[in-house]
Amino acid sequence: MYNLIGAGLIVIGAGIGLGQIGGKAMEGIARQPEATGKIQTAMIIIAALLEGLAFGALFLGK
Amino acid sequence: MYYVKNDYFCAKFLKLKIFDIEIMREVLNSAKNGMLLVFLCLSAQVFAWSDTQDEGAVSTEEEIKEYIDHHVKDAHDFHLFSYTNDAGERVHVGFPLPVILWSSEGLVTFMSSAFHHDDAGEVIVERKGARFVKVHSKIYELEAGATQVDLDAKDHPTNAHKVLDFSITKSVVGILLVGLFMLWAFSSLARQYKNKSVPTGFGRVLEPLVLYVRDEIAKPNIGEKKYRQFTGYLLTVFFFIWILNLLGLTPFGFNVTGQLAVTAALAVVTLVIYTVSGNKDYWMHMLWMPGVPVLIRPVLAVIELAGAFLIKPFSLLVRLFANISAGHIVVMSLIAIMFTLQDSLGAVGATGLSLVLSFFITLIEVLVAFLQAYIFTMLSALFIGMAVAEHDHEHHHDTEGHKVPDAEDVRGDFI
Amino acid sequence: METLINDFSPGLFIVQTILLLGLIFLLVKFAWKPIMNSLDERETGIQDALAAAEKARADMQNLQADNEKMIQEARAEREAMLKEAREIKDKMIADSKEQAKIEGDKMIQQAQATIESEKMAAVAEIKGQVAELSVSIAEKLIKEQLAGKDKQMKLVDTLLGDIKLS
Repeated sequence: MYNLIGAGLIVIGAGIGLGQIGGKAMEGIARQPEATGKIQTAMIIIAALLEGLAFGALFLGK
Repeated sequence: MYYVKNDYFCAKFLKLKIFDIEIMREVLNSAKNGMLLVFLCLSAQVFAWSDTQDEGAVSTEEEIKEYIDHHVKDAHDFHLFSYTNDAGERVHVGFPLPVILWSSEGLVTFMSSAFHHDDAGEVIVERKGARFVKVHSKIYELEAGATQVDLDAKDHPTNAHKVLDFSITKSVVGILLVGLFMLWAFSSLARQYKNKSVPTGFGRVLEPLVLYVRDEIAKPNIGEKKYRQFTGYLLTVFFFIWILNLLGLTPFGFNVTGQLAVTAALAVVTLVIYTVSGNKDYWMHMLWMPGVPVLIRPVLAVIELAGAFLIKPFSLLVRLFANISAGHIVVMSLIAIMFTLQDSLGAVGATGLSLVLSFFITLIEVLVAFLQAYIFTMLSALFIGMAVAEHDHEHHHDTEGHKVPDAEDVRGDFI
Repeated sequence: METLINDFSPGLFIVQTILLLGLIFLLVKFAWKPIMNSLDERETGIQDALAAAEKARADMQNLQADNEKMIQEARAEREAMLKEAREIKDKMIADSKEQAKIEGDKMIQQAQATIESEKMAAVAEIKGQVAELSVSIAEKLIKEQLAGKDKQMKLVDTLLGDIKLS
């Protein structure tokens, strides 16, 4: 029961984080379309790290 | 050795049915996979077994959950499909795979058909005086004196212990197939360059991918000077993960990159590579960070060591494992909508909903298959790049004399 | 975490590590090294070809400029030659005209001189003949007139009378 609540909290946190990353990346691309490639690469890396963290927490709690 | 034994076991334990062999032959012919054929000839006859105590078709929620759990795990036999025959028996079609164990009695080998498709610890296989049971895709050796496996509330055996299992499991078959495929595909690509500068046929598909990994992953992350010696590893890992991810989306039901042991092995190889190739700067920054107060340095060293030896590989292995496992679970759950919502939506509605949802999720999974291979390779390249980066390089200065950060400086900010 | 550890198969880990290392070794040896070398070779080849093409283009431009210059020079030379020729021609024409004029003048003068001298000669001859004729006529006349003595006397008288008068 508690681990399910924990999982929900993790997913909420990860969701907020991913939204921030995606949104800021979009803003960045809109501001500087010529830097799209670099922004995307950095975005994917940071998203992957966040995702790894979230999954780690999920599995630790499971 | 176990191939010879195999015939004996097949004859002893299996009811071979001509009909099922013919089905398998058709499947094989249509697959036209030479390697699979070779492997089959080596390993065993195709076998079909009928379960008397089997529950029949999977339909209830509990059974679906169990089925998915079972699928996500590794398997000791290659199960292709099941059907109920005219006599009302459940027939499973597939072929057994060799089991190789390091037990208390030494090396033990037999065919997985010896377990007779049992996964609840009911069939006991005795070899060289040691007795083995299979519970939830894991093989346990019974303690001396125990005649039957006892399971606790979580289905873990209490009177049996795990053995080192080097079996050619379904995952190992997948790894071997993909390994052979990669060897064939890329060595033929390499051979093409001897005669012509631009490859033709399948090589034309592979070449841009190789260039992509080299130019978009290896070069920018490791640096122009040192990328050459690591590109081989990155290319191998990228294609290995990508092809296995895609193989996991086929109906053969491979879940190789969803096995923790497989992703752990990949992450450990990356760990070894960036630890071995780390230069003086790397160790200096890890153990005795320059530019911070001396008192903080040991604390930072602990954090850095934990980051390099635990967090980095752990995040690599868990990310890949979790993404692929989650993908498989989601796709199978959506397919299961067909049965679970049949009562409320009707057969057509449930099937339609299931088809639409699983179709789109499968499309996303194709993207994820690539993305995870890309991210794994990318992060490996990044970690290697951090380990081999030169920190005492010349900095560019702007007109006011401030340091202009270049790629080498900001790379650390991403980690 | 517990499930995770329980699901972890050390045997599979060892098998996968061995297979992966073998795969990396074989692929690096038989695929990646030759592929990378060929790609590098091809890329340097392309770069060289591009550089060579650039150089050829520059050479071509130089050549073209040279050609242009040469053409200009040739054209100037031709023009100069033509001009010179025209000048020579004009000069020759002028010279010959002058020469012709001088020659003509000279000829005319000579002709005139000849004509003059011929005329003189003719006139002189005519004079001589006229004189001869006149003398002969006068001789004949005188002979006729002074055939008789009377006549002679008369003439003498006349002449004498003239002298008196004068």
